Amino acid sequence: MARREFSASRIPGFPTVAILVFVALYMPILMLVIYSFNAGDSIAIWEGFSFKWYPVAWNNEQVREVTFRSLTVATMASVIATTVATMAALGTTRRRRTGGQTFIYLMINQPLMVPEIVTAVALLIFFASIKVATGYQGLGYLIAAHSAFCIPFAYLPIRARLEGMDRTLEVAASDLYATPWQAFRHVTLPLLMPGIAAGLMLAFVTSLDDVVITLFVKSAGQDTLPTYMLAQIRRSVSAEVNAISTLLLLLTVILLTAFFLLTRKRD
Amino acid sequence: MPKENAIETRSSRKVYGAGSEAVVALDDVSIAIRKGEFFTLLGPSGCGKTTLLRLIAGFETPTSGHILLNGQDITDVPPNRRPVNTVFQSYALFPHLSVRENVGFGLQMKGRPASEIGTKVERALSMVQLGAMADRKPAQLSGGQQQRVALARALAPSPEVLLLDEPLSALDLKLRKEMQSELKRLQHELGITFIFVTHDQEEALTMSDRIGVMSSGRLLQIGSPREIYNHPVNRFVADFIGETNFIPADVHDGTATIAGDIAMQVAPDSPQGRHTIAVRPEHVRILNDPAAAPMRATVTDTTYFGTDSHVRMLLQGGTEIVARYQSEAAGGDAPTTGTDVGVSFAPGSVQVLQD
Repeated sequence: MARREFSASRIPGFPTVAILVFVALYMPILMLVIYSFNAGDSIAIWEGFSFKWYPVAWNNEQVREVTFRSLTVATMASVIATTVATMAALGTTRRRRTGGQTFIYLMINQPLMVPEIVTAVALLIFFASIKVATGYQGLGYLIAAHSAFCIPFAYLPIRARLEGMDRTLEVAASDLYATPWQAFRHVTLPLLMPGIAAGLMLAFVTSLDDVVITLFVKSAGQDTLPTYMLAQIRRSVSAEVNAISTLLLLLTVILLTAFFLLTRKRD
Repeated sequence: MPKENAIETRSSRKVYGAGSEAVVALDDVSIAIRKGEFFTLLGPSGCGKTTLLRLIAGFETPTSGHILLNGQDITDVPPNRRPVNTVFQSYALFPHLSVRENVGFGLQMKGRPASEIGTKVERALSMVQLGAMADRKPAQLSGGQQQRVALARALAPSPEVLLLDEPLSALDLKLRKEMQSELKRLQHELGITFIFVTHDQEEALTMSDRIGVMSSGRLLQIGSPREIYNHPVNRFVADFIGETNFIPADVHDGTATIAGDIAMQVAPDSPQGRHTIAVRPEHVRILNDPAAAPMRATVTDTTYFGTDSHVRMLLQGGTEIVARYQSEAAGGDAPTTGTDVGVSFAPGSVQVLQD
């Protein structure tokens, strides 16, 4: 018999395990989506197909308010995080290597490693002292907190793009009379755009569905969509939440698909 | 009056790293490249030729020494303020810009008016016969076409010196030959100084006005292709350019003696003492009658190459040498293995090497 290369698909039971994993991953989400079209108000008993929960959610003044707040925070935070991440990525890839690179990466990616609850408590205490000192109670705290934990999500695709970029192109630009700023503006930045867009989307999605940090940081009356939904579900399970979740899911899928399209290697 | 030098390097030295890990990429290279000449830096990979090019372009600063352009010290001038453009080995075309935008990039960065950019880009593109491709992206072009775009892009801003870093190495043989003559034609037409880097000795010999041979960060010899080929200064140059027979010899007062008692005339200013002499295979003559020749040899192997044959022989005294035997000119087939033949070297073809 000819020697064959290792292939996971020949391990006994591979198809079964693979199918089970995908069922476990997607079955609950599928249930949620299906029940968002339930005609009844139970989330366990199917009573026929209906779109009714979508207009119900839409006409709920509170849902609109928290959705708007979520989008505001996510937009602001992802823009800030992406700007900072772009600068960080340039700083870590476009300079002389001096060692300690791994340490710098760890520092930048800190929010990925520190338990979220620790960050949440730390921010709660930190912001509390600022609130006392300044009296400011606005949305700024949430935006600042979201910006911070979104940085690594924006940073990773941007850095990957910069590292994959042919440095000769920047050298060629300087050879062709471009000042360092012009070389950045006309060569580096346009080539980096897909990475920046990908980072922006990833940061946006990350901010949009955050619960833990938001719960700790938000002031009274600053519910975001996820914290509002959590509060609703605690009180009573409503099919309205299914509809909102489905819409959130749809938005996330669209953004992540765009992310993959943008980061896909071309040619 | 001597022609002004386009580029001059004065004791340029480049060291990478520091301390025990320091690598000397360029070791006190002084070179003067004349205005309007096609100058080739030739050497094996890692010899420092690309480093020298990068110093001239301004991508690197020399550790010590100076770079001059038209007599002006430009050692500390950044690349974007040097009227010197480069054709990169990888072409380095901007993938997000069209061919037209690529070629116009230099002029645009210089802040030239759009009308001037338009005309000059058209001219540069027609110069490399790519006018029809102006709106394509680099990825839609073949390797040879990308090469031409890179050339047009570097020429469009009318630089004083064009640097070419092994620009033909990625092309196949036929295309390479075409581009060689095209480059030569362009250089002739434009009168721009070309500094061409290659490791291909044939390319260097066919294209250059002068060649600088480099090895281990040093410049070994500068001369016309003919000088370099016929009068290599040392064993490295002789060996790197073309094929050569090396024979140990005693040199005294214009006479080299090999194999104990065979004397031959060499240049009177040749170095004295125990040296190596070099003879090109095409200068080794084979005579069928051993008695009529100054040296005798036994054929050990004959390889047929079409226009000529390479005859490997054991010369008396035990040195192996190769002769290029042209059957047509000699009026017969090359001698077969085991034949005893007479050998002579063409007059003036024996070169004493400085080691």
